[in-house]
Amino acid sequence: MIVSARETWLSRVLLVVLMVVTIVPFISLFVTALHAPGTYPSGLEWPETPYWSNFVDAFTAADMGALLWSSLLIEIGVVPVALLIATLAGFSLGHLRPPGHRAIFLTFVLGLTLPFQAVIVPLYYQMRDLGLLNTRWAIILPLIGLYMPFAVMWMRAHFVTMPEELSEAARIDGAGTWALFSRIHVPLSVPALSSLGILLFLWTWNQFLLAVVLVDDPAKRTMAGALGAFQGQWGTDVPLLCAGSLLILTPTLIVFLVFQRRFVSALMQGALKG
Amino acid sequence: MMQTRTTGTTGRREVSEQSSTSAEARRRALRARRLRRGWVALGLVVPAAVAYAAFVLRPLVLTVQYSFYDWNGVTESTWVGAENYRRLVDNPEMLGSIGNALELIVYFSFVPVLLGLLTAATIRKFATSRLALVSRTVLFLPQVIPLVAAGIMWTWLLASDGLVNELLRGIGLDALTRAWLGDTSTALPAVGVIGAWVALGLCMLLLLAGMAKIDPSLYEAARIDGAGAVREFFAITLPSVRQEIGVCVTVTVISALAAFDIVYISTQGGPANSTLVPGLEIYYLGFFSREVGQASALAVVFMALVLAVVLPIQRLTRESDR
Repeated sequence: MIVSARETWLSRVLLVVLMVVTIVPFISLFVTALHAPGTYPSGLEWPETPYWSNFVDAFTAADMGALLWSSLLIEIGVVPVALLIATLAGFSLGHLRPPGHRAIFLTFVLGLTLPFQAVIVPLYYQMRDLGLLNTRWAIILPLIGLYMPFAVMWMRAHFVTMPEELSEAARIDGAGTWALFSRIHVPLSVPALSSLGILLFLWTWNQFLLAVVLVDDPAKRTMAGALGAFQGQWGTDVPLLCAGSLLILTPTLIVFLVFQRRFVSALMQGALKG
Repeated sequence: MMQTRTTGTTGRREVSEQSSTSAEARRRALRARRLRRGWVALGLVVPAAVAYAAFVLRPLVLTVQYSFYDWNGVTESTWVGAENYRRLVDNPEMLGSIGNALELIVYFSFVPVLLGLLTAATIRKFATSRLALVSRTVLFLPQVIPLVAAGIMWTWLLASDGLVNELLRGIGLDALTRAWLGDTSTALPAVGVIGAWVALGLCMLLLLAGMAKIDPSLYEAARIDGAGAVREFFAITLPSVRQEIGVCVTVTVISALAAFDIVYISTQGGPANSTLVPGLEIYYLGFFSREVGQASALAVVFMALVLAVVLPIQRLTRESDR
C-alpha cells in the first residue's frame, strides 16, 4: 500500500502516545509505592532512597498469602463448574436442539445485559437465609448463576457451528449422547472452552460488588474485593496503598503476559459476543 | 440398534407382511429414541438452568416484589404499592444518580469509541508492524486489572498533588489545577476519565480488527480517484466497521450505566452526590439505610434504563449485519 512517510511517522507517534497514556498510571503507581511510608510524593519523582520494604509491609498488612489462597479457592469453585454446566447446556441447545430449545435459550439471553447491582439486594437475603453469608460460597454460587447467560450463549454459538454429520457418524458407530459429548465434541471445543475459561477467570478474580456485599472478612474475598478493604484501612498511607494495589494486580498481569495471545483473542471475542 | 438387527432375520415366506410390521416397529423405535434423546438433551440443560434460575431469575422476581414493600430487612414488611416508585420520582438524589449515569455514557462510551475510531483509522496502515503488535499487549493492560486498582491509580493521579496537576503546573496552567475528584464541577468528568482510560484500548483494538477485514483494493481505488484521508475514512472505513462500533458502544454503555467499582473507590458518590450513580445508590439504600423496598424500586428502574438504552443499539447493529 502506498502511504506517505509523513503519515506513517505521524501514526507511529500517535500509537506511542496512546501507549504512554496507558502505561503512565502503572509507572506512577510503582514510583509512588517506593516512597517513604506516610508521605505524599508528587508526580513521577524517583525517591532518593527507594523503600522496597513497602512491598513487604503491604504483603503482610494485606495478608497477601491468605488473599491469594482465597481467590484461588473461589476460582476453583466457580470456573470449572461454570464451564462444565455451560458447555452441557450449550451442547444441548446448540447441537442436539431438543423441543423448546429456542424458548430456553431466549430465557438465558434475557440475563445478558443484567448489571449485578440489579439483583444484589435479594441475593444478600438469599445468602443470609441459606446461612452462607461471610463464606466463599456466597460469592461462588451466585457467580456461577450470573455467568450463565454469557457462558451458555458463548458455548451455544460454538456448538451451532459443529456439523451434524459428525454426530450422525458417531451415533451410527453406537455412541450414546454422553459418549458423543465427551469423546467427540469436548475435544473439538478446546479453543472455545479455553477462551471462555480465561474470561471467567478474569471476571471472578476482579469481581468486586459480590465480594464487598456478601463477605465481610477480606481474607475470604476475591482479590479485587480485598483491595477495597485494603484501601479503606490504609487509604491514608499512599505509598503503602500503592504497593498493596500493585501486589494485588500483579497476579493478573503475570497470567495475562504468559497467556497473552489467548487473552487478547478471548477479550476481543468476549466483547464481540457480549 | 440391536432390535432392528434381530427382526431382520425372519423367514422368507412372510417377508411382505413382516416388512410392513417391522417398518412400523422401526418407526416406533425411532420415535422412541428421538423422544428419549430429547429428554436426555433437556437433562443436559438442567444444571445451568438451575443455577440461572436460583441466582438470576429468582432474585429478579424478588427485586420486583420487594419494590412494592416497605422493609428494613429485619422486621415485618408492609405492602406500600407504588409508593417506592413515587418517592423515587420525587427524590432529586435518585433522579440525579440516573442523570449521572447517563452523563457517564459520554465519557465511558462516546469518548473511547470516537478516540478509538480516530486512532485505529490512523494506524490501520501498519496494523501488522512490530509496534502495533506490542501495542496490542500494552493497550489491553487496563482491561486485565481489577477496576478497583484502576480507581486507586487514578485517584492518586488526579489528587491535588498528583501527576495531572504536576503536568498542568509544568506547562504553566496553574490556574486549572484542583482536586479533580473532590470538586463538584469536575468530579464526574474525572471519574469519566478513568472509565475512558479502561475502555480505550479494547475499543481501539476491536475497531482495528474490523478495519483489517476491509479489502485493501477499496483504498487503492479511492486513492486513485483522488480521495484524501478524510474522504477515505467516511466513505470506506466508517461504513465497514459499523458492526464493531455497535459492539464497542454496547459494551461501554453497559459499563457506564452499571458503573460501580470505579466510583466506589474514587469518590464514593461524592462530593455532594455529584458522582452518585444508580449502582452505588442501590448499594447504599439496600445495605446502609436498609430501605430494601426503595433500593429494589431503584433497581427495577435501573434495569429498565439499561434495556431501554442497550436494546436500540443492539437493533441498529443487527440490521447492519444484513
